[in-house]
Amino acid sequence: MANISRRNRRREKEKQTAANNRRELIAAGFKRRDLLKMGLLTSAGMLVPKKGLSAHPVTRSGFALPDDDPNSPNTTPFVENMPRLPVLAPVAALTPAPTAVPNMGAGEARTVTHQAFAQFPPLRYYELIQQQAFVNMSPDLPPQCIWGFNGITPGPMIVERYGPLGSPQLGSILVRQRNNLPPVNNCGFGLPSVTTHLHNGHTPLESDGFPCFFQETGHFYDHHYPNVYAGVNSTHPGVGDIKEAMSTLWYHDHRIDHTAENTYKGLAGTYILFNEFDTGDENTGFRLPSFGDGQNPLTSFDIYMVFNDKVFDHDTGALAFDLFNTDGILGDKFLVNGKINPVLHVSPRRYRFRWLNTGPSRFYQMFLLGPNNTTKSFWQISTDGNLMERPVQVTSSRISVAERVDVIVDFTGQAGKTFYIENRLEQEDGRGPTGNVLNAGQGNKILKIVVDGPVVADNSIDPATIPANPPVYFYGFPNTTDAPRITRTFRFERGNGQWQVNGQLVGDCDDPNDIRFAIKRNSVEKWIFQNNSGGWQHPIHMHFEEFQTLTLNGNAPANSGIIERGRKDVLRLEHNMEAVVYFRFRDFIGKFPLHCHNVVHEDHAMMVLGQINDVGDNKTQP
Amino acid sequence: MANISRRNLVALLGAAPFAGALLAQGQESAAPRKFQDISPREQMRRKHFPNLLLTTHEGKQVRFYDDLIKDKIVLLNFMYVKCDGICMPITMNLKRVQELFGARMGKDIFIHSFTLKPQEDTVASLQHYAHMHHVKPGSGWTFLTGSVADMELLRRKLGYVDPDPEVDKDKSNHIGVIKYGNEQLQRWGGCPGMSKASWIVKSVGWVDWPKDMKKNGGAS
Repeated sequence: MANISRRNRRREKEKQTAANNRRELIAAGFKRRDLLKMGLLTSAGMLVPKKGLSAHPVTRSGFALPDDDPNSPNTTPFVENMPRLPVLAPVAALTPAPTAVPNMGAGEARTVTHQAFAQFPPLRYYELIQQQAFVNMSPDLPPQCIWGFNGITPGPMIVERYGPLGSPQLGSILVRQRNNLPPVNNCGFGLPSVTTHLHNGHTPLESDGFPCFFQETGHFYDHHYPNVYAGVNSTHPGVGDIKEAMSTLWYHDHRIDHTAENTYKGLAGTYILFNEFDTGDENTGFRLPSFGDGQNPLTSFDIYMVFNDKVFDHDTGALAFDLFNTDGILGDKFLVNGKINPVLHVSPRRYRFRWLNTGPSRFYQMFLLGPNNTTKSFWQISTDGNLMERPVQVTSSRISVAERVDVIVDFTGQAGKTFYIENRLEQEDGRGPTGNVLNAGQGNKILKIVVDGPVVADNSIDPATIPANPPVYFYGFPNTTDAPRITRTFRFERGNGQWQVNGQLVGDCDDPNDIRFAIKRNSVEKWIFQNNSGGWQHPIHMHFEEFQTLTLNGNAPANSGIIERGRKDVLRLEHNMEAVVYFRFRDFIGKFPLHCHNVVHEDHAMMVLGQINDVGDNKTQP
Repeated sequence: MANISRRNLVALLGAAPFAGALLAQGQESAAPRKFQDISPREQMRRKHFPNLLLTTHEGKQVRFYDDLIKDKIVLLNFMYVKCDGICMPITMNLKRVQELFGARMGKDIFIHSFTLKPQEDTVASLQHYAHMHHVKPGSGWTFLTGSVADMELLRRKLGYVDPDPEVDKDKSNHIGVIKYGNEQLQRWGGCPGMSKASWIVKSVGWVDWPKDMKKNGGAS
């Protein structure tokens, strides 16, 4: 049957094998006590969760639950069209008008004054209302109770533009977040208390969505996003460093201890930035496929795709979230832009796809599966939404939770063909992928792409035609040769079934002593990320600044390793890995978290709180 | 929106029109799947809160769901009496948490500590342990044991399991998380057992009933 996933097929087979094995054990005359002795039966009377023995499917946590069926109901794939994300329109005015000082009297939850309001007064206002709604994710499932920005998930896309070089003030915006989530009746999970993080924004930190700066139902919070290049107030005064330009960002809930359930319930949206180089118009600048209005298939060839995996209750068909899981949660249904296994119709030309994995815990390796199990190559142009020096031709891109890649896919000459975005990275539980990359056609087919759209002009650059010299087509990488003020080490580990960083827990939002380290504004730091475990992988995310990788397990990326040298905000910390990364912390001050973006780990204390100030400290293992 | 039941919504928004499409594509399921109308609260009870018969350190027989969880704010942890690891510091930490909750303890907030070793933690030894930690009778904190099978089932239902079976077997390195929740509101969270007591109390506050809500009276 076409719509049974590989996982389901395997479970079905496991169930049958288990039944046969148990029959054999009974036939051989083994009694319960014998099975216990042989270690095949737990004291609870369940067969041990060894593959092929338990009649019950092994859950994502690796153990058998006697009464639960962790499989989602069947859904027919590739029936509904993939939605293009709606673009959020600015509003003429906000009531009450935004203020630099928190307007607590009017219900603002913010407690810190906007530090850059006078320098970069917001020129455009947006408003997002976080609310409960019912949406359709598949024709085979009942309407789903979600929490969404403006009642949809993913939330509306904010499309903005940096000020022209030398006019940084022209990019400044303000986004008001209103929490209208229901105080009770959460449909089974979700904490109606939120803080919204702009992921990868070079944002004054009171607007960054600090996990402890949460707002309760009925309150609002104004986020000031100047949209300036890093360096604007330091190394490149009044301009900023163009090499720090960002393209593909996203916003999502970051509520301390409750981020996983709230983002899974829908609180995530997209945010993109253009400028005079990455213009959104394929006739100008870098000539990347046009964004158009983001909706019209005849003019919009730059498409954001938000990937996530979810579980639906077998009995009720409702979105389910295991509140008692601390390891990581895998879904068996794959969604793109809010729909399970949708279809995208394209024209025979080049497209820019922006891929984001919102988790909660799965790592993907995306391939383009073509007819007869062929694999189509494409061009990766960014790492975590930051354009690299030039496009790199690849056959796949790996993205753990929160990572993004922008890619150029060329469907020229492919009219009539069908492709699939296929995840071939095997992952059995929340600990991380096994490392196995499956064969073509054996992975999770997530999105069907049919090249049946009308022939339309394509003025976008063909990456194959970009000459090898000069080596930089987009932006050069910033240098990594300035001397660091300090080198700090962060060990991501597990103790007593709890997540820790450097042996410590995230601590107390309200205790200043739990802000564990201080970075001096406008300084360079070198950080060492360590994972001493062979069992777990962690996508490590730093707020506010991107990093560049100096070494992975002692090896510096080769000059030709453009992807490895790319600017990133998430480091995939794989088994027994040590990574050395390079940061510049410029322009703004305030509090931030450094954390694992497997959001289940994040909610269970795998986070360090720090701050940027004008003093800094010398803690080498915060 | 909140007043519309899921069943009505299904009817309104309709999965039915797609039944024909399914048939046309020769799919296995000829009819649209009928889903059950089970409330999220009831579904959580079925998945996580088996109504097991347990015994408190005071020798009282209680039901896990009916007596320990239903309509309450609870803090849950697993421990055993002869534990040399984190049980003792977590118990001492929970003692501070208990004091901070004051009069609400035993009224609408309860602490339930479940033994990981029911074969050796008898009612008497749990009573002795409670006494040693100055946990007074009727103070809203109970230490609980039950049959070996039931305690194992409970441990798994509440997620106190390491996915690595070897690590999971080693009870001296067991999971030191405190799960806290409000059963009625379906708000649950977890925090490290060694978090500061004041921070645990604040965290539990996040799952508390809204001020203007009549406790235990709202719809589920």
